Amino acid sequence: MPIRRDDRGRYVEVEPRRTEETAWLRCRECGELVFRRKLKESNHICQRCGAYFFLTAHERVTSLVDEDSFEPLGLGATSLDPLEFVDRRPYQERLEEAQAITGLNDAILVGRGTLDGCPLVLAVMDFRFIGGSMGQVVGDEIAAALERCAQEEVPFVLVVASGGARVQEGMVSLLQMAKTVAARNVLAEAAVPFIAVLTYPSSGGMLASVGSLADITIAEQGAMIGFAGPRVIEQTTGERLPAGFQTASFALEHGMVDQVVTRESLRAELTRALSVLQGGSHG
Amino acid sequence: MADDTSIRALEEKVAELRTMMESGGVDLSEEITLLEKKLFALRREQYARMSDWDRVKLARHPERPRGSPLVEAVAENFYELRGDRMGGDDPALRGGPALLDGRRIMILFHHRGSTREQQHACRFGMATPQGYRKAIRLMNIAERLRLPLLSLVDTPGAYPGVQSEEQNIAGAIAESISRTLALDVPTLTVILGEGGSGGAIAIAATDRVLMMENATYSVISPEGAAAILWKDPQATPQAAQALRLTAPPLMELGLIDQIIAEPVGGAHTDPKSTADELRTAVSNHLHELSSIPLDELRALRYKRYRNAGSVRAAADQRG
Repeated sequence: MPIRRDDRGRYVEVEPRRTEETAWLRCRECGELVFRRKLKESNHICQRCGAYFFLTAHERVTSLVDEDSFEPLGLGATSLDPLEFVDRRPYQERLEEAQAITGLNDAILVGRGTLDGCPLVLAVMDFRFIGGSMGQVVGDEIAAALERCAQEEVPFVLVVASGGARVQEGMVSLLQMAKTVAARNVLAEAAVPFIAVLTYPSSGGMLASVGSLADITIAEQGAMIGFAGPRVIEQTTGERLPAGFQTASFALEHGMVDQVVTRESLRAELTRALSVLQGGSHG
Repeated sequence: MADDTSIRALEEKVAELRTMMESGGVDLSEEITLLEKKLFALRREQYARMSDWDRVKLARHPERPRGSPLVEAVAENFYELRGDRMGGDDPALRGGPALLDGRRIMILFHHRGSTREQQHACRFGMATPQGYRKAIRLMNIAERLRLPLLSLVDTPGAYPGVQSEEQNIAGAIAESISRTLALDVPTLTVILGEGGSGGAIAIAATDRVLMMENATYSVISPEGAAAILWKDPQATPQAAQALRLTAPPLMELGLIDQIIAEPVGGAHTDPKSTADELRTAVSNHLHELSSIPLDELRALRYKRYRNAGSVRAAADQRG
């Protein structure tokens, strides 16, 4: 089965994926109508053309941890809209809409679970929630998860699906970069492993902070990995972007990630990475 | 800015009268004083009506004191250290040890350049991975030699280029933030002009953060926000307003510690007094920080960034 979305560096977009689920979804890559239940069985990969469908945070969690082992740990907080931001629409409205679509408080789902029996804390971002952007809630959730992992000596796994900082929270969102990095340093002092999984997309402030500081970094095939968006680069510099720019294999080639894996093999790869980092005894 | 041309015309007139007086021996001092008063009033009036977008333009003003001339004016014996020791040197992010009010410190600063060639060479102050890796190297030296760190931030943002991505600009910024937060010396940032997003926070996660009165600090440029959120470049002034990127709202949000006053009209109208104000503020904060034991300093720093713009911290404050 040809699962080479990598050259295009994109997943197939199926939007909007609302909570009121339709039974059928159309693959935007090949046009195939896919029965939603079938899609769940196939790890949300189109069986006809091999394209990857977006995963919601819950779907990602299900695909990674042992069945029924996931226990949410979220702080239950929602954004305070610190700037009372209004663009063409009030930020508050965008938040409420995103909450209704995803059933999440914000762009991240945190919980504990086991993977092949090994305990871990898992934080998974949801791209449907304002582009998976990091604002005060995402920053708080990641920092709290890192602190918990340090205290309980449980490995931390972060699955990134984020366009970057939450613009509607202005400087408050920029400071989440410092917050998550500070908490990451606490985990390092506790000598507890941290694995990052970079999916579509991993960019901007999310990548330029905690997303780039894991002990092992695994890219899912089809991921977009890069700091600045292609359009920004072209507009600012006038440069032409090389083929395969900011794809998972580009990241591997340029030394940014340790592995590129298919969606089917991600779980096994994560198990392997976790086991190899555990049980360090020196000092 | 609305009245920029009339202010400029007056400035030119004053300069002209001065030349005339010097070369011709005619006493025009009364006229000059009168015009200067008028100029000051005009500046003050314009200054009071400034929108946030005006302030962005002031922060970017071509004559604004910045870069190496400002470093030379603020500190003595600046000794530039160059290169990231991994293959290159970035002229947009520079630094080295210097003396400030008798205290030896390590300075990092963005450099935009004043001539066209310089501006192109340092990409208007947009630093590359090499710049941030050099910054980390200088931080390591600062820690080894127990030099407090002073970051002078003035950048539109990190350089968004193909080579930047190939050399992992995101990772370089992340590592730089991490190193700044872990430093075992007092650390201080002054946002001088533009504090542009990741390119700024990379060296600005310090014990104290000060802002010049007309500096801006933002997660995205107003132009960028207008394009993404408003889908309309005309909305740029609106975006500048919505982003709360000037010093007073950031002070209110508890994200910065002090606003350093600038002369009426902006720093460029009096570079000397600007440098003096800056030196005094930096010196005072470094003095305060130096009296805090390092363990405590690092604990305070952690708390500061752990609570920065936090939902819980905000709720605690209210409740």
